[in-house]
Amino acid sequence: MSMENNNKLLVSYAPHLRGEDSIAKTMGNVVFALIPALVGAVYFFGFRALILTLVTVLSCVLSEYIWDRLTKKENTITDLSAVVTGVLLSFCLPVTLPLYMAAIGGVFAIIIVKMFFGGVGQNIVNPALAARAFLLASWPVDMTRFVAPFSRLSLFGANADVVSGATPLAVVKGAEDAVAASYTDLFFGNVAGCIGEVSALLLLIGGAYLLIRRIITPVIPLVYIATVGLFGWMFGGEGLFAGDFIYHILSGGVILAGFFMATDYVTSPMTAWGAAVYAFGAGLITGVIRIFGGYPEGATYGILVMNIVTPLIDKAIKPRVFGKGRKAVAK
Amino acid sequence: MAEQKKSNLAVLKNGLLNENPTFIQLLGMCPTLAVTTSVANAIGMGLSATFVLACSNLAVSLIRKIVPDKIRIATYVIVIAAFVSVVDMLLKAYLPALSASLGMFIPLIVVNCIILARAESFASKNKALPSVFDGIGMGLGFTCALTILGTVREILGNGTFLGLSLFGAAYKPAIIFILPPGAFLVLGSLIALLNLIRDKRKEAGK
Repeated sequence: MSMENNNKLLVSYAPHLRGEDSIAKTMGNVVFALIPALVGAVYFFGFRALILTLVTVLSCVLSEYIWDRLTKKENTITDLSAVVTGVLLSFCLPVTLPLYMAAIGGVFAIIIVKMFFGGVGQNIVNPALAARAFLLASWPVDMTRFVAPFSRLSLFGANADVVSGATPLAVVKGAEDAVAASYTDLFFGNVAGCIGEVSALLLLIGGAYLLIRRIITPVIPLVYIATVGLFGWMFGGEGLFAGDFIYHILSGGVILAGFFMATDYVTSPMTAWGAAVYAFGAGLITGVIRIFGGYPEGATYGILVMNIVTPLIDKAIKPRVFGKGRKAVAK
Repeated sequence: MAEQKKSNLAVLKNGLLNENPTFIQLLGMCPTLAVTTSVANAIGMGLSATFVLACSNLAVSLIRKIVPDKIRIATYVIVIAAFVSVVDMLLKAYLPALSASLGMFIPLIVVNCIILARAESFASKNKALPSVFDGIGMGLGFTCALTILGTVREILGNGTFLGLSLFGAAYKPAIIFILPPGAFLVLGSLIALLNLIRDKRKEAGK
């Protein structure tokens, strides 16, 4: 706009001073923080993992572009949020998933979960997780065909005949062929699973980067991961308080979900206390599904459910109004 | 009542399009979401409801002057229940497979809010013939909506149309579309699409 060139007195709404932050910058940082885990995914599962990621990213970005064109809206793909959705979606898919299914997941995430609700900042649930839930309900067999790391896979073709590998969480569910993974394997990522969730170390590096750059605050990841661990410790073993705290934290998608998915600005509460409640609820649901539910992993549903509850949490726990005492707010 | 002045044909069209019970009034959501897993179920449900609607509208219209106001809802429910029993028994006798797959949802037509709504808002205020047309119009509107939903869900979720395989064995259907979430996804998308078309028409009309 040519506002700056105008010499007339300008009256405008706050904020008058704007920071350097933009959606694109934040999202760029998130993408950067996801790179270590992506490199890990390629290391453990081969270049098909990279192809899978490229497919979901392309599908997300193209969906957003085409939607913007069709609805004659401003082109929003440069804010990189669709790229983040694409990468996160691919991270919670098994490497053997047929590529067209991954592409459908991307379309679902952007068109149905994000654009139908008004685009960036308007979605009520995390698009990547909702797309994962959609794919899991649509093609349960393909979505749970996990392979052991370093399996030989066809780059583009179907991988229906590869030897499946039990994920570390299958052990919790008492699957017959499942062998508990060692802490080292879990920490570095030498286990079967979705491409981006296996390596705790690489995810923690990315998470630490986001914390240092202050893209996210530590409340949600810490509370979420601790809740899942505590729940696993309390109910995950024979009798109470006999479960394996560390095993529950390192296996499955808890670290990926805690740092990168639960912390989505749009679908998490605004206040620190609200965030704590949200993360605790998500951790609790994750734990309940893992130990008592039908699915081996519950991170997706834990976060999706709390996404939906977020507006209620924000209504119940409001930020203190500047200039007013804490007691005044309590009334 | 403005509705009384309309011709019977207008009343029929009203139920099919302008005030479509499913897409516009959002009534009768329970059977809409539950039985549209296949086209056959959708048509069976829709036609059963249409029969009940037409008959109960006729009966309610005929007795509208002798029913005391205070017990009118109870009376309507008894009238509707009588016709639902007829449909239920007919289906069990002649279409046992359809009856089995619709299950509880045929008896539940008794409390279907479309039928109660038409009895209350149309049949109890109008003469017999327009009431029958209103029942048929609303019923066909309901049937069309269910059939569209059922078609989309059966093709996407099962790869078939009326049980005929469409894409061959290589097609992997997205099972979610014949599960409850798929019902909500398809219904929501269809309503959005219809609203879009209506808005465009309004703009063009201006």
